[in-house]
Amino acid sequence: MSAVIDHHTDHAHGPAKGLMRWVLTTNHKDIGSMYLWFSFAMFLLGGTLAMVIRAELFQPGLQLVDPNFFNQMTTMHGLIMVFGAVMPAFVGLANWMVPLMIGAPDMALPRMNNFSFWLLPAAFGLLVSTLFMEGGAPNFGWTFYAPLSTTYGPQSTTFFIFAIHLAGISSIMGAINIIATILNMRAPGMTLMKMPMFAWTWLITAFLLIAVMPVLAGVVTMMLMDIHFGTSFFSAAGGGDPVLFQHVFWFFGHPEVYIMILPAFGAVSMIIPAFSRKPLFGYTSMVYATGAIAFLSFAVWAHHMFTVGIPLTGQLFFMYATMLIAVPTGVKVFNWATTMFRGSLSFEAPMLFAVAFVILFTIGGFSGLMLAIAPADYQYHDTYFVVAHFHYVLVPGAIFGIFASAYYWLPKWTGHMYDEVLAKTHFWMSFIGMNLAFFPMHFVGLAGMPRRIPDYNMMFANFNMVSSIGAFMFGATQLLFLYIVIKTIRGGKPAPAKPWDGAEGLEWTVPSPAPYHTFSTPPEVK
Amino acid sequence: MLRHARSWLIGLFLASLAGHTSASWTINMSPGATEVSRSVFNLHMTIFWISVIIGAMVFGVMFWSMIMHRRAKGAVAAKFHENLTVEILWTVIPLLILIGMAIPATKTLIEIYDTEDADLDILVTGYQWRWQYNYMGEGVSFMSNMATPREQITNQQAKGEHYLLEVDEPLVVPTGQKIRFLITSADVIHSWWVPALAVKKDAIPGFINESWTRIDEPGIYRGQCTELCGRDHAFMPIVVEARTPEDFATWLAERKATAAAEAELTSKEWTLEELMERGQRVYTSTCVACHQANGEGMPPVFPSLKGSELVLNDIAAHIDVVVNGVPGTAMAAYGPQLSETDIAAVITYERNAWGNDTGDIVAPIDILNFKNGQ
Repeated sequence: MSAVIDHHTDHAHGPAKGLMRWVLTTNHKDIGSMYLWFSFAMFLLGGTLAMVIRAELFQPGLQLVDPNFFNQMTTMHGLIMVFGAVMPAFVGLANWMVPLMIGAPDMALPRMNNFSFWLLPAAFGLLVSTLFMEGGAPNFGWTFYAPLSTTYGPQSTTFFIFAIHLAGISSIMGAINIIATILNMRAPGMTLMKMPMFAWTWLITAFLLIAVMPVLAGVVTMMLMDIHFGTSFFSAAGGGDPVLFQHVFWFFGHPEVYIMILPAFGAVSMIIPAFSRKPLFGYTSMVYATGAIAFLSFAVWAHHMFTVGIPLTGQLFFMYATMLIAVPTGVKVFNWATTMFRGSLSFEAPMLFAVAFVILFTIGGFSGLMLAIAPADYQYHDTYFVVAHFHYVLVPGAIFGIFASAYYWLPKWTGHMYDEVLAKTHFWMSFIGMNLAFFPMHFVGLAGMPRRIPDYNMMFANFNMVSSIGAFMFGATQLLFLYIVIKTIRGGKPAPAKPWDGAEGLEWTVPSPAPYHTFSTPPEVK
Repeated sequence: MLRHARSWLIGLFLASLAGHTSASWTINMSPGATEVSRSVFNLHMTIFWISVIIGAMVFGVMFWSMIMHRRAKGAVAAKFHENLTVEILWTVIPLLILIGMAIPATKTLIEIYDTEDADLDILVTGYQWRWQYNYMGEGVSFMSNMATPREQITNQQAKGEHYLLEVDEPLVVPTGQKIRFLITSADVIHSWWVPALAVKKDAIPGFINESWTRIDEPGIYRGQCTELCGRDHAFMPIVVEARTPEDFATWLAERKATAAAEAELTSKEWTLEELMERGQRVYTSTCVACHQANGEGMPPVFPSLKGSELVLNDIAAHIDVVVNGVPGTAMAAYGPQLSETDIAAVITYERNAWGNDTGDIVAPIDILNFKNGQ
């Protein structure tokens, strides 16, 4: 007994040594770091697949890959980016920062935290292994519409289904953990309406996750039953309904897109005030707008299905509800712009990414508003206009939000300042590359180019070549980010506890790098 | 995977030279060829300009702040962080703009949904990877396959102007009449889209969707399948040829005569050569995408026909596979897609091409008997 107690006192002061530290850790900072590294690895892998897509689309004709392999690339690119890169990156940020922001010593459920991380390598090992299977990887798009994914899917579909199940369980456990932490472990005096925006947006995101990940699990389970157990949920030949698939999928899928953007809203709502040296404009309306967006996200799913032939009244309802989302989203954008107005602005890397986030996400929002107009959507639907739209909200939206967060908190994580010149280079190369890649997609979409095709008529050739050049530039630039992060971990100017003079929040009251255990005694918030 | 690496680089160079000739820098939707497509175009432009104006205002404030309120210029931050009036205003004004936008959108949508009182009904059926058009009540029905040669796709031949947007049999329709499309699918979900008509409707197995158009001017309008439907999703174009009602009537009468002649072919005596010749044509338009021109397919997904057990031996089993397909695989049931003559010809072709040399003749009547025996 005494030996155990002795050991315990040893452990309390720092991490275990060696590999087992990472396998067995229950520390929110270790787990947060693992999430972030994992998501970055997936980002590079998903990006590599995108490079294959852009190489094939560089010019008309089939050059590099077979159309079936091309379909595997678009499918795996989407799945890996959504479930492997963006979502885990935000869970990683939440793991690191939510306890530090609310003055908690760790996450509420540390062992579950470890488990929810380690499910991810299993899930994505399973998913990526399908690329090497006979018959190839899933090739039916990341939206895996039945019956293409059921009756006509490759054999590896079953592995894909299990991978989605594992990733889904991981997300649900992560969400439960975040809710439990935020609701129970805030420092004395930190009322909900005093919480940092990042904690607020993540709290709302976590409820979205708990609501819709089981729906995703449901739809893939129905697929599994159709494929292996003779049911006909989605098979018209057996009395089933292929449109049911889309309803269930998008009931998950639309809240999912907010799951990928709300945490970025939160992070940007902290970074813009910090570098404007002025408090966030309209904190209360920001919280309510986030809640309104989350609520409305459950009532707009069929705007992804305007061409499937739902009745006129249904079409009108979903059109109006979708247009309504522009109101709370507009409030957020106006608040960010007003926060900058009459501030004292400086443009370090986090601010550059945050400002680009607001501008480019808004452009993605405008194309979203255009897509909401059902009659016009007949012309946009499933063309490159849609591809441009969702890449504008996901790349300079979610991913720039993640980069902004990474640069903002890197000093806290590593104890060193990152190299500002390199970081700005990373920003400008990403900014130019990303716009070159995705802006011309609006044009080819409007000119009539469908999405998910490996070959196209010459009238789309010019802009496709521009897109590909931009995509290669954006892709290559991300290796620079890897270099910057490694360089910052290994050395650099020591970071003070609060490296940004305009920053607010409890995370800046602990030293940099943040000690292994923080807030063992809760701080007092006034 | 990296085949033709060099031709790819040369192509890159040539394509950049040819950039300003064959390729275009079109950046916007076209107003199209119908009243509905023009309403849709107007909605598109209205919402676009609303976005531009709001964007200019928001980005204007942001850039003003970024230029004028820099710390480097000695800007001192103000302390304000809320203003109820402003916040109510920028909630209410966008709401009013949206209501203003919803009204014309609703009008156009109601018009699009009014499929009543059509002059002509056409059943459009999506197959992997071709469209079938059936002029309801006229006894005219045909498949429409992409006509672009494989050599153009694999860059062995110069690409034509309508590369990937040309078919062997276009959908011929009359101008000035209300045409109702009944859209469905025989396998996976496809989507039938002709941009100039602003008609896009999913073709879903087990459902019949409705849409309609009324084309003003004679002309050729091109489109593509827009719902991912498998390997050759990029290769199932749509070509609509609008003719004056008189020209259309002539065309329809000709098609009816051809259909009658085609039906008689079933009872004709066929020689191996005749069947081989016709079979090769059918194979090239229908089978080649998966089973390849050399019959070797792409195992394991698309099996080889050259030297195949099935093709060399049991004729009945071979007919069964072609007519009924292989459930759970990409092999579709061609019974409803091809005529008896075409099925007989293609089976004969497969049994005698690429050194299969069985000498078997499968006549149209055999297919008819097989179908009747089912």
